Amino acid sequence: MTDNRPDPDALLEELKQDEIDARRGRLKIFFGACAGVGKTYAMLSAARLKQQEGVKVLVGVVETHGRKETEAQLDGLELLPRKQVAYKGHSLAEFDIDQALARAPELILIDEFAHSNVPGSRHVKRWQDVEELLAAGIDVYTTLNVQHLESLNDVVGQITGIVVRETLPDHVFDQADEVSLVDLPPDELLSRLAAGKVYIAHQAERAVKNFFRKGNLLALRELALRRTADRVDAQMRAYRADQSIRPVWHARERLLICVGDGPGTEKLIRAGKRLANSLDADWIAVFVETPALQKLSEAQRARIMKGLKLAQELGAETTVLGGTHLAATLLAYARTRNVSKLVVGRSTRGRLSRIWRRSLLEDIARHSGDVDVYVVSHEENQHDSGAPDTFNSLLFGEAAHQRKHGYIAAALSCLLATGVSSLLDPYFSLVNVVMIYLLAVVLVAVRFGRGPGVLASFLSVAVFDYFFVPPRMSLSVSDTQYLLTFGIMLAVALIISQLTARLRFEASIATYRERRTRALYDLGRELAGALTAAQIIETTISRLEPLFNARLAVFTPDSKDSLQLSSELVAGSDTGVAQWVYDNQQPAGLGTQTLPSNVLLYLPLKAPMRTRGVLAVLPEKMDKVFLPEQQRLLETCAAQIALALERVHYVEVAQDALVAMESERLRNSVLSVVSHDLRTPLTTLVGLSSLLAEGNVSSEQRQDIANSIQDESLRMNNLVTNLLDMARLQSGVKLQKEWQMLDEAVGSAVRAANRSLSGHALSIRLPPDLPVLEYDAVLIERVLVNLLENAAKYTPAGSHIALEAKRDGGKVVVCVSDDGPGLPDMQGQKLFDKFTRGNSESSTPGVGLGLAICRSIIEAHGGVISADNRLPHGAVFSFTLPAGASPALPQEEEFDA
Amino acid sequence: MNDQPVNLVIIEDEKPIRHFLASALASEDWTVHEAETGKQGLITVATRKPDMVILDLGLPDTSGIEVIKQLREWTDIPILVLSARTQEHQKVEALDAGADDYLTKPFGVAECLARIRVLLRRRQRGSAAAEQTFRLGDIRVDLVNRLVYKAEEEVHLTPIEYRLLGTLIRNAGKVITHRELLLAVWGPSYSEHNQYLRVYMGHLRQKLEDNPATPRYIVTETGVGYRLLEG
Repeated sequence: MTDNRPDPDALLEELKQDEIDARRGRLKIFFGACAGVGKTYAMLSAARLKQQEGVKVLVGVVETHGRKETEAQLDGLELLPRKQVAYKGHSLAEFDIDQALARAPELILIDEFAHSNVPGSRHVKRWQDVEELLAAGIDVYTTLNVQHLESLNDVVGQITGIVVRETLPDHVFDQADEVSLVDLPPDELLSRLAAGKVYIAHQAERAVKNFFRKGNLLALRELALRRTADRVDAQMRAYRADQSIRPVWHARERLLICVGDGPGTEKLIRAGKRLANSLDADWIAVFVETPALQKLSEAQRARIMKGLKLAQELGAETTVLGGTHLAATLLAYARTRNVSKLVVGRSTRGRLSRIWRRSLLEDIARHSGDVDVYVVSHEENQHDSGAPDTFNSLLFGEAAHQRKHGYIAAALSCLLATGVSSLLDPYFSLVNVVMIYLLAVVLVAVRFGRGPGVLASFLSVAVFDYFFVPPRMSLSVSDTQYLLTFGIMLAVALIISQLTARLRFEASIATYRERRTRALYDLGRELAGALTAAQIIETTISRLEPLFNARLAVFTPDSKDSLQLSSELVAGSDTGVAQWVYDNQQPAGLGTQTLPSNVLLYLPLKAPMRTRGVLAVLPEKMDKVFLPEQQRLLETCAAQIALALERVHYVEVAQDALVAMESERLRNSVLSVVSHDLRTPLTTLVGLSSLLAEGNVSSEQRQDIANSIQDESLRMNNLVTNLLDMARLQSGVKLQKEWQMLDEAVGSAVRAANRSLSGHALSIRLPPDLPVLEYDAVLIERVLVNLLENAAKYTPAGSHIALEAKRDGGKVVVCVSDDGPGLPDMQGQKLFDKFTRGNSESSTPGVGLGLAICRSIIEAHGGVISADNRLPHGAVFSFTLPAGASPALPQEEEFDA
Repeated sequence: MNDQPVNLVIIEDEKPIRHFLASALASEDWTVHEAETGKQGLITVATRKPDMVILDLGLPDTSGIEVIKQLREWTDIPILVLSARTQEHQKVEALDAGADDYLTKPFGVAECLARIRVLLRRRQRGSAAAEQTFRLGDIRVDLVNRLVYKAEEEVHLTPIEYRLLGTLIRNAGKVITHRELLLAVWGPSYSEHNQYLRVYMGHLRQKLEDNPATPRYIVTETGVGYRLLEG
């Protein structure tokens, strides 16, 4: 019965959410229809109960408005002193979030959830303070009036005539763990008001009295009750889903709202939110970035950004789409996201834009297929300064001065066309003369865009009429046939100018997009090549500063997760803010809801695993950073930088792990050497010397014992020497190279290894024509001694050992071979690793350092060492030394006196 | 040996080594004075006027090289230096500063006594008249006529080879650094031309040694210089 099975993804999501919830504090909202219903009182009573249960309660902010009963409830609760914030010459008392976090109570009371903080505080809104408290694991009790809910804000405004500026995003309300409705029938509230139990400030008395009309109170009460009921309903459904009561998996509705640049955008978004709520649907707010965006006025751009932000606050997912055709882009996106309903605005603005709007609606309606389309009308009285600006920018996309040039050029070209036409007029018919004007219009439109093109169209018609159409030198027309000519001429001119201008425009948009894509591509390529964090930061700054016309700083965390500035200091950058951004993984500073008074914008560099740092942006021109498409670019860049930082981080981690593994292995080997290989000879020494101390040993025995002691000591000396040599070679030894014969090193090595070689037959074959070599005599002697001693150690007494050298091209090969049992079956080069022995359990003493030392020395000389078995049996170790060009040698001064 | 009792000073901070050296030397009926630090050593040498000084290069207060330099300011008594194997450059430095020979730790008593005897004998011989012939194994050098014989057969040496051999003979039994040899044979302007020395030493060995790769007479003190073995 797979039908009953809950969606596994949803379950997983729920588990994750439960985990987060367990760490987070719980939020309880005391929700009421309006002021005076007793929310604060209810909150305080609930807190007192909690305190009696032993919960540590702290009063963060409580506004009693001088109500006696409420003040009495405060008695016995711990109060957090307010912080004094200076603002415009006044000192205002504000909630002190740092102190609250520092005191870490179990439960904190924060009145007036929708309150806006004094500018200069950490967050713009109090609910953001609450978010931080919850994230710190502190439970929060708070109060809220229904008129402060963002989505109901305009409805309440319409009912009461008072628009409230302090609003709370609906998602915050919806995500509260508990909402407790504090309800008081309107009559009772009014009587309380009359009895003076609800205190009203003197100045506001009249406004408030208007507000507290019975009709208003009833409407507000209904809104509050319904909003609470919605929540309860949602909880009920969630509960049923949790308990697998609902047998069928309902396809969720998804709403897409097309955010425009018009003044009705906010209304459109609120309407969308309400629709989404009533349908219990997810909703997405999109803005489609078409080429036309380039022509929008500042006010319109600001409106788009504000609209998207509002949608985000109301709980929508927001996206900016790129495309040339609005309707097609919108519908394509709607299909990929399984959107069932599309909400668009209908504007009642100027004629030009209405033509455009209508065609958009028709476009959408024609291609929407199974997507329902909702149209929300805009109110006319919401006109603001944006409209004429829009008209201007729609018509004249160019910069002002160029625009002026364009119009002058349009007039001049008409003049020119007239001149040429007057020359041609005697020889050609008027139909052909018209063509000259059309050519002029096309040229103007191509060069200067739509506006001058249109002007040229009209001018051409007028001039043509005036100069060439009989009666000449008059605008009147004798032959009505010419009216058709004018009409068609104007139409053709307009269409051509429109088309060419658009073509030109789209080409410039394409160039602009291409530039952005290239910038991203270049950044990506350079970041991919960066090997260290420092390189990444350097690339970031050199690439992004010109792109955004801003100064940039990058902060990266050290091992203790505290941020350090990793680039040049940018004036006004604040490590404290960056740290907050890093800890909370949210942007802050300029243009955001957190610390908006800071002059820099701080973006977290979020990588898949964790935040890798903070990017601080100091824009020189606001729109270079805060345009939606630039913001999108900035975010993409930040993501790329974060990914690159993460990649570098993991490369370092991997390298560290390798190094750690290697040094761990070495440490273990050294320990085993010290514990076993040093202790064995020491044990022998102690035993033998105590034997000597006893005294009753014969002189032969004494000689034996003394020999043994000497052998053991020398063995130990060898071991210590090897360990020291290895350490010395590893720390990078400087070669004392000199030009000399190989014979010298061989001679001294044989003398040094004499004692070990006593039981073996050694033969040395050095051809007389060996070149002079450049080598460190001490170290090469060490190699030869190690090879000879090894040969002696691992072969039975009486074996033959041969030391040979021969020239082989540009190098000299030196071999030490024996006719012993040969090497165990082992990879050639592995034998030369540190602490590697042919047979690890061998009773032959040694620690496996000798050959490692040999390899280090030979490689430092630019040679190669290798080991092999020879036939019929025996081992051969050979190494090479580069022969090189020997220095000038003295001539034999045979007859020197 | 001469009848006068031999007087020695050991400057060494490690007590076990000092102790072992003192008992080894005492068994030869030599008088041994011990000093623990460089300063003490300088005072002891000044007051005891020994025939020879045995000096450890790694002292706690002053460097052994410094002690050698100070001693050489007023005395030319033989100095035998004790050092570890990995300190070739220190050995050379000590020898160039005026030490006469060195011993690498760890060493045996026999080796140590042999070195001391060589140095003591040289000191006594220095006062005696120069010898006319030098013998070493089957090699005989007629120092007056500048003729060299191996197994009673004359060996032809070039002037430089002969000067090289002569320098080695004058320092027989004692180590002689590359620098000293270059100075003595080629003169001060050639003191850095080590490869000259190597090549001529190779020629000399070819002519005098039975098996030049494993020389019996002229041995290489790797990284330091050469030594003409006696006896």
